Amino acid sequence: MKISSHLPVALLGAIVVLFQVLMSATGTDYLLIQLTMSAYYALVVLGLCLLMGYAGQISMGHAAFFALGGYTAAVLSTNNLTQLFSAGVLEWLVQKGLIILSTDAYGAAAYRAPAWLSLGTAVLITVAVSFAIGIPVLRLKGHYLAMATLGFGTILYRIFLGTRIFGEADGISAVRPCEILPGLFVGGDPSQRVFNYYFAWILLIGALVLLLNLVRSRVGRALRAIHGSEEAAGAMGIDTARYKLNIFVISAVFAALGGYFMTHFNGGIGPSEAGIMKSVRYVAIVAVGGMANLWGCLLMGVVLNFLSLRGYFGSYDDAVFGALLIIIMALAPEGIFRKESISRIKELTRRLSWPFWK
Amino acid sequence: MAFLEIKNLSRSFGGLRAVENVSFNVEKGLIKAVIGPNGAGKTTLFNLVAGALEPHSGDVIFKGRSIYGLPTHRIAWRGISRTYQNIKLFNDMTVLENIMVGRHRKSRAGFLRAMVPLPGTRREERESAEKAAGFASLLGLSDVLDARAGGLDFGRQRAVEFARALASEPELLLLDEPAAGLNIHETLELADLIRKIRDMGITVLLIEHDMSLVMDISDEIAVLSYGVKIAEGPPKDIQKNPEVISVYLGDDNA
Repeated sequence: MKISSHLPVALLGAIVVLFQVLMSATGTDYLLIQLTMSAYYALVVLGLCLLMGYAGQISMGHAAFFALGGYTAAVLSTNNLTQLFSAGVLEWLVQKGLIILSTDAYGAAAYRAPAWLSLGTAVLITVAVSFAIGIPVLRLKGHYLAMATLGFGTILYRIFLGTRIFGEADGISAVRPCEILPGLFVGGDPSQRVFNYYFAWILLIGALVLLLNLVRSRVGRALRAIHGSEEAAGAMGIDTARYKLNIFVISAVFAALGGYFMTHFNGGIGPSEAGIMKSVRYVAIVAVGGMANLWGCLLMGVVLNFLSLRGYFGSYDDAVFGALLIIIMALAPEGIFRKESISRIKELTRRLSWPFWK
Repeated sequence: MAFLEIKNLSRSFGGLRAVENVSFNVEKGLIKAVIGPNGAGKTTLFNLVAGALEPHSGDVIFKGRSIYGLPTHRIAWRGISRTYQNIKLFNDMTVLENIMVGRHRKSRAGFLRAMVPLPGTRREERESAEKAAGFASLLGLSDVLDARAGGLDFGRQRAVEFARALASEPELLLLDEPAAGLNIHETLELADLIRKIRDMGITVLLIEHDMSLVMDISDEIAVLSYGVKIAEGPPKDIQKNPEVISVYLGDDNA
């Protein structure tokens, strides 16, 4: 059991290193940018995979949590804190060491939060919001839950789109890099490209390891039990409501972390990140990767986002994910990494191709 | 003070009074059965005790404390486990995992400890697996530990459900028509098993259709008819009770 759990993770780590070495050596290291972004998106997918596959809860609002993390990063680290607090409060925060005072390009005073504070705030806000949303919403089941989270996503999307501090339709740009270690920043500077790649992937693999541990534990069994029979799970002493809520919060925090670092890496965020199409995309990727398959979700999360970011889907980007969702639901509801699914797809291609070559 | 006291329990669905003013006690260490014809209110009564139905009036007192109206998981933590008439397993989990879910109350690891398993958590996990395997062997399931529970035959699924309930080391075990769907041979085995469970010190409350099983194993029987308790006592008294006979065989035969 030990080897079976550690070997694939080590292998993934080796592949990540191999990609970087190859791309740097062949001068194609611009691809690392999209691989870094794909890793942050895959973080959202992993959290959603846990929620959908292991706890059986569908969230159509996960893009909103991603954006929540992203906008928190953007607002707190960009110099518009004067819009949020009065001068007196800002002075006090600076004295307490909670806010850094610097000057902007025009020599005017600029206030911003240090990275640890904005990250902490992003996590706290996400926990608070997901709790507040989760308590009433998780009483619902199936498509009722999907609709309720859809409503939540819509609300947050309109808030980001319509509020001045969030930059309205333009979003927030010129977000500062986030200093992780002295001299190492999460940001778009080409000199930091390799560091950013490794940072994102260490975060993603770390998340994967945490979740792999979780699903193999007492808690993971409890979640799968809830998925199997909520009534029997309760009769075995599992507090089903609390478990569902906790897993919802954890997956929301994963999404927010992805959004937080992505925003620093990209140097900006716009309202489309909170949009319904993004939420649908995450759900579609989990469906392709397999509802209860963390490895499948990680792989598809990286591959599909990478293809999308490289522009392979052209202007039909969202349509591709919509089509994927239909195909998967019709042909391989357990995801593509299942024997039954593969044989069903083979059978279909055989039947579809038959009249053509006859 | 009795081990489990059911006091003046009433529950109606719309205009139908499924259970009306039913009271009886279950003494520690005994097997008590609730019988009655179809629609007598047995399942309603059972679900009220197990917390699967919202209560209307009355009280259920377990070891001196009311459990009436508590959510099912909190009733479970008080030391009560149950099985279902129409088996409710976690179909996509293995037999061992199903039984390990039964160890939920006997282990502690929460979300944080699960994500970052330190040696203590790993030890707890190993112990859970060992104990679960022990209960599996008690039920003759040792050869299917890694099989998917949903793929087993009916008799074995019932055995997994028993193992899962026993794995939580309950003080009171609620059995909802355990002989439903079993053949005569399996029912005899079941009778032995239920006696064995009692001899482990676990109090058993069962509702059952199968009269031969009930008369065979029960220490005490309560009889329901149209939601009302019409008789209570040891099996040999119940067998002779004219009201029970008329309920079961119809008035013409009385």
